[in-house]
Amino acid sequence: MSSLTVTDEQVSAAPAKVIQPAWVRIMHWVNALAMILMILSGWQIYNASPLFGFSFPREYTLGGWLGGGLLWHFAAMWLLMINGLAYLVTGFATGRFRKKLLPITPSGVLHDVRAALTFKLGHDDLTVYNYVQRLLYAGIIVVGVLIVLTGLGMWKPVQLYYLVALFGDYPTARYIHFFCMVAICAFLVVHVLLALLVPKSLRAMIIGR
Amino acid sequence: MAKRSFLIPGVDKRLLIKDSIKTMPDVSRRRFIAGGASLGALTLLTGCDVIDSSSAEEMLKQVSKFNDAVQAFIFNPDALAPTFPESAITKPFPFNAYYDLDDAPDVAGADWKLEVRGLVDNKKSWTLDELYKLPQVTQITRHICVEGWSAIGSWTGTPLRDFLKLIGADTRAKYVWFQCADKDGYNSPLDMRSALHPQTQMTFKYANEILPRAYGFPMKIRVPTKLGFKNPKYVVSMEVTNDYKGGYWEDQGYNSFSGS
Repeated sequence: MSSLTVTDEQVSAAPAKVIQPAWVRIMHWVNALAMILMILSGWQIYNASPLFGFSFPREYTLGGWLGGGLLWHFAAMWLLMINGLAYLVTGFATGRFRKKLLPITPSGVLHDVRAALTFKLGHDDLTVYNYVQRLLYAGIIVVGVLIVLTGLGMWKPVQLYYLVALFGDYPTARYIHFFCMVAICAFLVVHVLLALLVPKSLRAMIIGR
Repeated sequence: MAKRSFLIPGVDKRLLIKDSIKTMPDVSRRRFIAGGASLGALTLLTGCDVIDSSSAEEMLKQVSKFNDAVQAFIFNPDALAPTFPESAITKPFPFNAYYDLDDAPDVAGADWKLEVRGLVDNKKSWTLDELYKLPQVTQITRHICVEGWSAIGSWTGTPLRDFLKLIGADTRAKYVWFQCADKDGYNSPLDMRSALHPQTQMTFKYANEILPRAYGFPMKIRVPTKLGFKNPKYVVSMEVTNDYKGGYWEDQGYNSFSGS
């Protein structure tokens, strides 16, 4: 009985459902800026000693030369790490990760991938992530943690030797760091494309509803 | 001492030169921040011109100084760089400089003397024969370049902290500043705590052979807790000082601590 009253109050108190709380929106856009700075300066650093037979076009690198790229990378890392750490702590503490990203079942993912490919995946309720979203969002958080840990290991291979050892050795950490960047870029392409295809999701990430 | 051949046994000279050319910085790229292309990309992304090159440059300098302080704070002088077995040594160990190997300093060992200056009790210069008589140790550690590549090598020489003690250096001073024989006057400051790190070494041998010209004959400072550019080669003098005197790459924008 009393619970019914509380629910009524909640409904009348909230004129429109908040899809993305303020902390998610702020951290999302801070992260977006930090990521772009890290990727563009990272490409500059990559070009100094490419791992593979290609370099990134100069127009898409930050810093002008290796020294400038490094300055950008080691400045933007603070933004990325502090914001990322705050996001992880808040995500776990508020239960958002558990509520929004779990469970992830193989059958659910398969079903939603099939639905997405046949354009039958609905986006009526933006507060509930479908299985493809859950997998990608949870996955990109893991990739984010990996790229920061490999980065820290390469920054301090003596003080944080155990981090480097965890990934094998220094050159291996460098390859993992690179492929995490590739994964983030691939995610970014799909993520931006889908946000543009479902504009109300973009609106929710800006004004919350 | 006879003039040394710069050819290292087992090293392909063409490969060495190819490698050195690859790693030579383009002078035009040495600008601290390129005002044009790269910042243009950022302007395009942000849609406005908030980040103009001079204010960005100033901000980045400040963050780099902050990073120096953070790195000095978290630096644990007892943490040792990982060491490796002989089988892990990179062959050939790359020659790396901002010039071609043929243009590397060709120091005559018999005439060379290590000059000692600054806050030390004994400022006498040291000949190579005198230095060779000091106790030496060997380390097999990973050299990590600021560019991202790395290679494992074997270096033998005298721990710098033993030498600093021997010459009565004031180890409360902030820096040991090295000057080199490179024609552009390569130099680099080393913070005292890194200078006193047990693995920081005045190196006279590579792979148990007298240090070849390519790797810095007659003396290199091997600092396995620092990026390669803070491991000066062809060293001619060291100065114990409280003043930050800058360095060849540090002045162009590389982070001065650059240590691991």
